[in-house]
Amino acid sequence: MPEALSIRTAAESSPAAATAATAAPREIKVTARDVNVSYGEKQALFDVDVDIAARSVMAFIGPSGCGKSTFLRCINRMNDTIPICRVTGRIEVDGRDIYDPEIDVVQLRARVGMVFQKPNPFPKSIYENVAYGPRLHGMATNKAELDAIVEESLRRASLWKEVSDRLEQPGTGLSGGQQQRLCIARAIAVSPEIILMDEPCSALDPIATARIEELIDELTENFTIIIVTHSMQQAARVSQRTAFFHLGRLIEEGPTEQIFSNPKDRRTQDYITGRFG
Amino acid sequence: MTDLAVSRPVTAKPALDVSSDAAKARIRARYRAERRFRFYGIAALVVTTLFLAMLLVDIVSKGLPVFKAHSLVLDVAVTQDAIDPAGKRDAATIRAADLAPVMRDALKSAVPGPLGRLGDRTLVRLLSIGAADDLVADLLRNPALIGSTIRTRLLLSDDADIYLKAKGAVTSRRGDGTITPDAKSGAVAIAASGPAFAVDLARIKAVMVERARVLETEAARLDRSGGAAVSDKVADLRREAAELLGRARDPAGEETLDTRLPSLLLSINGGLVKVEKLKADSAVGTALLPLSAASASSDWSVVTYATPAGDRKITDLEIALLEHLRATGKVEAHFNTRFFTSGDSREPELAGIRGALSGTAWTMLVTLVLCVPIGVLAAIYLEEFAPKNRWTDIVEVNINNLAAVPSIVFGLLGLAVFLNFFDLPRSAPLVGGLVLALLVLPTIIIASRAALKSVPPSIKEAALGVGASHQQAVFHHVLPSAVPGIMTGTIIGMAHALGETAPLLLIGMVAFIVDVPQAITDASTVLPVQVYLWSDLPEPAFQEKTAGAIIVMLMFLFVMNAAAIMLRRRFERRW
Amino acid sequence: MTTLYFVIMVALVPVAFWAARRRAFAVVEGRPGVLHSLPTYHGLLVAVIVFIPMLVVFALGTPAVGRLAEARAVAALPSDVAADLLRRSAVMREVANVASGNHAGDPAPGIRAAADSLVATRDAGHLAVLVLGLAVAAAAFAFAYRRIAPAFRARNHFERFVRVVLMACAAIAILTTIGIVFSVVFETYRFFFDPALKGRPTVSEFLFGTEWNPQAAMRADQGDIRTAFGFVPLLTGTLLITAIAIAVAGPLGLFSAIYLAEYASPRLRASVKPILEILAGIPTVVLGFFAALTVAPLIRGWGESFGLDVSSESALAAGLVMGMMIIPFISSLSDDVINAVPQSLRDGAYALGSTKSETIRRVVLPAALPGIVSAFMLAVSRAVGETMIVVMAAGLAAKLTFNPLDAVTTITVQIKTILVGDQEFDSAKTLAAFALGFVLFFVTLMLNVIALQIVRRYREQYD
Ligand SMILES: Nc1ncnc2c1ncn2[C@@H]1O[C@H](COP(=O)(O)OP(=O)(O)OP(=O)(O)O)[C@@H](O)[C@H]1O
Ligand SMILES: [Mg+2]
Repeated sequence: MPEALSIRTAAESSPAAATAATAAPREIKVTARDVNVSYGEKQALFDVDVDIAARSVMAFIGPSGCGKSTFLRCINRMNDTIPICRVTGRIEVDGRDIYDPEIDVVQLRARVGMVFQKPNPFPKSIYENVAYGPRLHGMATNKAELDAIVEESLRRASLWKEVSDRLEQPGTGLSGGQQQRLCIARAIAVSPEIILMDEPCSALDPIATARIEELIDELTENFTIIIVTHSMQQAARVSQRTAFFHLGRLIEEGPTEQIFSNPKDRRTQDYITGRFG
Repeated sequence: MTDLAVSRPVTAKPALDVSSDAAKARIRARYRAERRFRFYGIAALVVTTLFLAMLLVDIVSKGLPVFKAHSLVLDVAVTQDAIDPAGKRDAATIRAADLAPVMRDALKSAVPGPLGRLGDRTLVRLLSIGAADDLVADLLRNPALIGSTIRTRLLLSDDADIYLKAKGAVTSRRGDGTITPDAKSGAVAIAASGPAFAVDLARIKAVMVERARVLETEAARLDRSGGAAVSDKVADLRREAAELLGRARDPAGEETLDTRLPSLLLSINGGLVKVEKLKADSAVGTALLPLSAASASSDWSVVTYATPAGDRKITDLEIALLEHLRATGKVEAHFNTRFFTSGDSREPELAGIRGALSGTAWTMLVTLVLCVPIGVLAAIYLEEFAPKNRWTDIVEVNINNLAAVPSIVFGLLGLAVFLNFFDLPRSAPLVGGLVLALLVLPTIIIASRAALKSVPPSIKEAALGVGASHQQAVFHHVLPSAVPGIMTGTIIGMAHALGETAPLLLIGMVAFIVDVPQAITDASTVLPVQVYLWSDLPEPAFQEKTAGAIIVMLMFLFVMNAAAIMLRRRFERRW
Repeated sequence: MTTLYFVIMVALVPVAFWAARRRAFAVVEGRPGVLHSLPTYHGLLVAVIVFIPMLVVFALGTPAVGRLAEARAVAALPSDVAADLLRRSAVMREVANVASGNHAGDPAPGIRAAADSLVATRDAGHLAVLVLGLAVAAAAFAFAYRRIAPAFRARNHFERFVRVVLMACAAIAILTTIGIVFSVVFETYRFFFDPALKGRPTVSEFLFGTEWNPQAAMRADQGDIRTAFGFVPLLTGTLLITAIAIAVAGPLGLFSAIYLAEYASPRLRASVKPILEILAGIPTVVLGFFAALTVAPLIRGWGESFGLDVSSESALAAGLVMGMMIIPFISSLSDDVINAVPQSLRDGAYALGSTKSETIRRVVLPAALPGIVSAFMLAVSRAVGETMIVVMAAGLAAKLTFNPLDAVTTITVQIKTILVGDQEFDSAKTLAAFALGFVLFFVTLMLNVIALQIVRRYREQYD
């Protein structure tokens, strides 16, 4: 559905900006080389190579089961929690191999935040949800500082107005969209450099989705965002660059504009025109 | 399944025959079978329910009387001479004082006298050996009372208590006509103007016929099973039965009331005569309580105690005294606080469950302190951290099997390892608690694992996502969410431990212990073991205590299970 | 003294925690964000590093001091007493009494000297342990305290410790099993093969003997009385009672489960399930009381009214009540497996015109059969291992009979009877109880393992 692209493209991803981005050396935040992932016998990712620029939005698209989530979870080593999962290759954040045994995975995850497909607030108060991360990393020395961090995060997740008078109520009592924004607030409260979002809007209605998308736009100022989405419109709306995955391989990566209007690979073409997936 | 489908050939018959008589009969038979099957199910449930009801009713009816006790309320003259001749008024003197004489005096003045030596002794035997306890407590509280007469409660003995609690054993009948005793005390012959005692005589004879029948059946049974070895016994029984029947058939004949027949007591002229020989119009007996006059009276009654004296512990004289005390309002029924405040005792009326309750509390404390942290941490390890391999599989199978090992085997473990190898003290709540902790550990591990498993992994992922370590995610988020489930499992496990008896017998918690344990190393017993100990004792009053202790134990279990159910209802979270 | 050690230990650990935590704040001038690990983790790690060595010193030192003190006391005793082992233990008990001040009257001078030596050694030893503990704690603290630095991974170290603790907790379940196996196997081995044991039977005498009479072994003076450890009457008694129990509980439990699972309305289910749960929760000692004082006399009364010879402790009474105990067990397990049968199987049968009972008998029960069989096996294992009901309601006499109106005895009753009261671990009688425990443990273990395995297979089939 290429006509969908005409709805809106991100302001920065005008053709000029896109060419500028390819021409000028971008500041690279994440580099992946030869990443192979297998779950037990089954290989889920094959030789993925990609560079992700700092302070931009990168979208991963592709049919279900092609390994988008798997790759995303490699970037903050969330796959470590799956015992059968084996990752080989090299993934660097700011030029450092994150699978280096010297790397403390906990610190890595503080730098690379994550927002999940289904909103998953802790069964605790709204305040506790947001304060948990900062407290964990010793980011505040007293209650006032912590309060400030909580307020700031909720504001940036544009949730403050709705919840400022009920911070002590359980986070699970919010609506789905609010919960997802709470999760985003929780993720940005630890000031990560990268935020991974795995289909953050799939459980939300269009209005809530629009709010999250606005939010992503605003967050680009400070954060590098990698988002997995099944909605090509969404990818087109929020991202500067898009990567297309198919059957565990990264087929094509480039400026969003170009991927949607002029894909190089047949499979990308087929996918975005809705021929499969 | 498949054989059903196969058993009906599809091709053989063109149509299913549903209208012929045979078909209808078959349908009817099938529906009958259906109803029968349903009936079996209902019957099974009804039988089970009835059994439970029978059990509970039996225990409650046996045990409820234990919460009531009888005492005499008497005015006791606590003379200075008897208690504290030196006038010191200190606790040691009061404790050491022999209060028996003053109590005896108070008792004597409460019944018509003189009763003679036997009577006096019987009178004192009515009281418990702990009867003076309340009085001593009063005096200790207020030594100034010495020298005055105080109204106090004197606890009755267990036999007297049981007698007073029994209902329907004693019947009383107002007499018609005039009867005349010939003496005020000692042997008394009573003459009646007409057949005043005919009713009583007939009743006695009926009892004799019944007893003869019982003897006959017993003889027949022995004869069938015993052979030559018991032939003498059989002949004896038959002879006795024949003799009883002979006496019973002679309606006018005089009857001697031996200890195997009901007791008859004649209440006349303020006294009480125990009848020994009875005719329709005359009686001979002994005055248990002296009569006020040896004159004719038409105001008399017959008190019958159906249980023969040979089958009970309480004598006729005691009954006479108790009935008199009851009639004069000296007997008071009150709540049996002692049951909850004193330890075990050889005297049923003094025995209480306080020691067992404390022992249970200590034991449960040890169990709880050990098995909850260990069980929960083990569950966390197995559920969250253990690598999934054969080794963990073995642990898993092992825990499931451990949950089904007979409890007495844990007793063997405790005996061999804790007592014999580690030399820990016998009979102590420490060892009991250790053994019970191992016993309920599998239950708690299994319940905790289930509770941990039910927490959705997304919670853990969320925590990991903001940079929590695996342990932080588990301890900060997964564990708190699992707490209600863990608590439910813990309560159920503890309820199980509370009622567990067999392993504790093996580690010596069966000793007779009077003192209330003060620490986990003191020798003690626990509630279920106390139940077991008392149930073995012959005194009927201890049976009552047993059932009472069971009621208390069931109450605890009920509260615990109710708490578990409430927790489950309240915190059950559907993620 | 040991209390003092504990008090000091309990006091020092929080102090170490607090000091280390403060230090962690101090090294980063109050900005914990710079630290690798939160100050609390630095505190916890140091506290643990102080606590563990202190605990080890205590756990090793205290028994060592006790043994040393005893050895010194023995050395202080007159040589003739010290040489005689029997007298020595009695004298040592007296020495211990004197030492703890519980001795009435004046002890003999030798004993007084030994007691003094005991007390002196013990006090000195405890003091030494305390000093050593403090020294170790101080060293450990100094070592750990100096390692506090921004990059020091205190959390990782502490979490490694926690992991070990968790693992140790999980290992306790295994240790329990090992403990059980060890104690029964070891004592059983001694029972059959210890040459020092008088009156021990051979394995075949035990397994096939028809006479059980462990009491005779006690009377050493009546050497001619034959001790008999023939296991057969216990086995038959156990089997008889178990058979009665299963005969009662099997049909009642199974039919209850079928009715609850297939016929009962949710409301009935909700009200009947608690009844079964209450029954399951009643302590067996209560059931034993009921069996002995209510059911047994009742059965005896009935039996006699039919002219039967019923013993006052009949197998029937114990078996009946045990059956009642097992009903909820069978019914809840069967209920589970019946519910696990997929609805599609039932629908297939209904579609062919089966009535409900036909569906249940021909389709549901055959499908659930493995589960039901394992429920029965678990129930048998329960019945075999049950103690209190049989202790209170079955007899003590080991009679080889299958008459349910007779008194029989069971394995558990004999274990309990032998082991309650004083036991010496070197008599064949005491060890016989462990041999019985061995049999009991392995029989129930077999039943449980097989039953649980069947259930597992069954679950997998329908998952
Ligand atoms: N925990 C796991 N264990 C085994 N295999 C897994 C696991 N997670 C994912 N896989 C497999 O890895 C492959 C890639 O899965 P992944 O979740 O990355 O797909 P995805 O692109 O995110 O799909 P979707 O769009 O449906 O979320 C799939 O074939 C999946 O079956
Ligand atoms: Mg995905």
